[in-house]
Amino acid sequence: MKFVVKAWSNGGARAGILHLGTSTIDTPSLLLSTRKGLPHFISPDLLSCLPAPESRLLHVSPLHFLEGLSMKTISKIGGLHQLLGLHDHCFVAVPRDSIQCLPEANSTNKIGASFETPCGRLLIKPVEYMEMISSTRPELWATLADEVPAWVSDKRNKTSVDRTIKWLDECISISPASGAVFGAIVGGSSLEERRRCAQEVATRNVSGYWVGGLGLGESMDERPALLNAVIEALPEEKPRLICGLGLPEEILQGIAAGVDIFESTYIYHLTLGGFALTFPLDRTQINASNLVPSDVGSDPRKINLRATVFRKDTTSIVEGCTCYTCRNHTRAYINHLLNVHEMLAQILLEIHNTHHFLGFFRLIRDAINAGRFEEFRREFVQRWR
Amino acid sequence: MNWPRALLTDSGGFQMVSLLHLADITEKGVTFQSPVDGKPMLLTPEESIQIQNKIGADIIMALDDVVKTTITGPRIEEAMHRTLRWIDRCIAAHKRPHDQNLFGIVQGGLDPVLRDICVRGLVDRNLPGYAIGGLAGGEDKDSFWRVVAQCTATLPEDKPRYVMGVGYPLDIVVCSALGADMYDCVYPTRTARFGTAIVPEGVLKLKHKAMAEDTRPIDPTCACMVCKNYTRAYIHSLVTKDAMGSQLLSFHNLYYMMQLSRNLHSSIVQGKFPEFVCNFLQKMFPKGDIPEWVCNAMEVAEIDISSCCAPFRYIQATKVQSNLNEDEIQAV
Repeated sequence: MKFVVKAWSNGGARAGILHLGTSTIDTPSLLLSTRKGLPHFISPDLLSCLPAPESRLLHVSPLHFLEGLSMKTISKIGGLHQLLGLHDHCFVAVPRDSIQCLPEANSTNKIGASFETPCGRLLIKPVEYMEMISSTRPELWATLADEVPAWVSDKRNKTSVDRTIKWLDECISISPASGAVFGAIVGGSSLEERRRCAQEVATRNVSGYWVGGLGLGESMDERPALLNAVIEALPEEKPRLICGLGLPEEILQGIAAGVDIFESTYIYHLTLGGFALTFPLDRTQINASNLVPSDVGSDPRKINLRATVFRKDTTSIVEGCTCYTCRNHTRAYINHLLNVHEMLAQILLEIHNTHHFLGFFRLIRDAINAGRFEEFRREFVQRWR
Repeated sequence: MNWPRALLTDSGGFQMVSLLHLADITEKGVTFQSPVDGKPMLLTPEESIQIQNKIGADIIMALDDVVKTTITGPRIEEAMHRTLRWIDRCIAAHKRPHDQNLFGIVQGGLDPVLRDICVRGLVDRNLPGYAIGGLAGGEDKDSFWRVVAQCTATLPEDKPRYVMGVGYPLDIVVCSALGADMYDCVYPTRTARFGTAIVPEGVLKLKHKAMAEDTRPIDPTCACMVCKNYTRAYIHSLVTKDAMGSQLLSFHNLYYMMQLSRNLHSSIVQGKFPEFVCNFLQKMFPKGDIPEWVCNAMEVAEIDISSCCAPFRYIQATKVQSNLNEDEIQAV
């Protein structure tokens, strides 16, 4: 793995280039969420219709495979690329999956981290986690962390930091030959603990950092200070990854603090709800103050295709969008599919929403490269408040 | 739908059978209780054709009065005659005879006399194609193939014969041998959703624990995207739990059925159909225990499958409706 920062824009925002596996990805970038390695709905043959290379970073939680597939079998097959038939993609393994593998802080103990999963509550020890990593062979993986929600006691929070650092060292010592390792940083909502953890992890021999334990109950207002406490202690030239920030405003918050890679469940939740992103990706449209607000619902950033107003709407979700869904299908058709409970609705929505959200990241990178990220962020937040 | 290829719509008549407890069938049409809002809906032949005219498919189906083959009694005869009266109403209501081909549907249950009357009646109307309906509803296989054989023998040679609701690969091979051309069935996708793959040997249940360690593809002879990229083990981890499992298996199963059709077609064109049938049966019944109904049907179809049958075996089908008398059974 190689990472180079190419441009900065007022504050902590930076644009960079990540060389991972066979891909060269511009950052800030988005990890697409997966279930057992494949997207939730988009079938593998349609993955190539998403913009490349930015759609090639996939988030994988190795814990998904515990349901039905042994690590031995995965090893025998040859790791994730062989298992999933995806040879052009890069896999980033983080134990937590904000949809179905949530950290269960009450059950975590000194032996391992507990997760609430579809196959029950699992306790994962560092050595077990590393077995998963060496069997699945992702290009990049984060160390096992004790992630705690914002409301735990100071004592519990301090323990989580000590444990996370201990597990980091254990994971690194068992580390397989291939794959870049990101050190996990926790600390709940305590600035002190966050700083302490970051300072410790910064001394370890890792390729980058995973800012864990966020998106677990802290408010959007608390978050910038926590992020800054962490980032300030980290070397500039190594990449930072974060999970659990979903909304566009949260992404912008993370970028302003200096985060480079994001794992988000926003697309998944939108898709499940029948929503499609519609906020304009054209700079001129964002600036225009003469835009007539939509009279359908109160949220002009997205539309809910279940609404009866779309029954006869033969336009595409977003005019001019070049995604497979917008090039081939209409709002009326997706409305119909949702009404008759056809899975094609989710497939088409996931394609559009992914395409659109990746477009949002592209706008962000353009703004950073042009040195106007703060302006972009202000305009975006104001426009859609 | 943005579907640039051929389309066929059904009349809505099948719902009569599948939702029968909600239906009231009269000469006017079928009254359903709408499953969406509970309001009564009347589907007449005219309305069905009107809707199908609007949808615009290349082939449209007449509204027929369809009854389950497991029912006996005068209802079957009533339904057959009504189907003939309704075909005239469908023809009259059809506003787009130059773009859309209206197929009639042969009814008559398992009664050869009724079926014959229906075939003659439909052929008199000189329709672009004919469907053989009212089957694939749980009747025993021996009765099933005989109805298909009778219809294909008497329907015009130069028009397509569409066996509705069929089906399993074996059924398709047999019906094709008997002269049928078109089929439809939910089987490939439904069975995929339950974790079952269609393979040359029959079926493969991906849910089975043994699949968890099996690193082979579903079907090593299949060229589909799923068999080229995924192992049984991975699919096993997905089936019945993740939508993607249903997707991947559906993909394979549909590909399998398309390949089967392609092979049937090219083997007939190349004059190698009997070989193909034998090969197909050998893979499915390696011990030669081919069901009797298949042997009987192939005999009528004049396809020699003796090379794949184990010698001197009389197979007891579980629900056989034997037409042979005592002496004939002894002689086998």
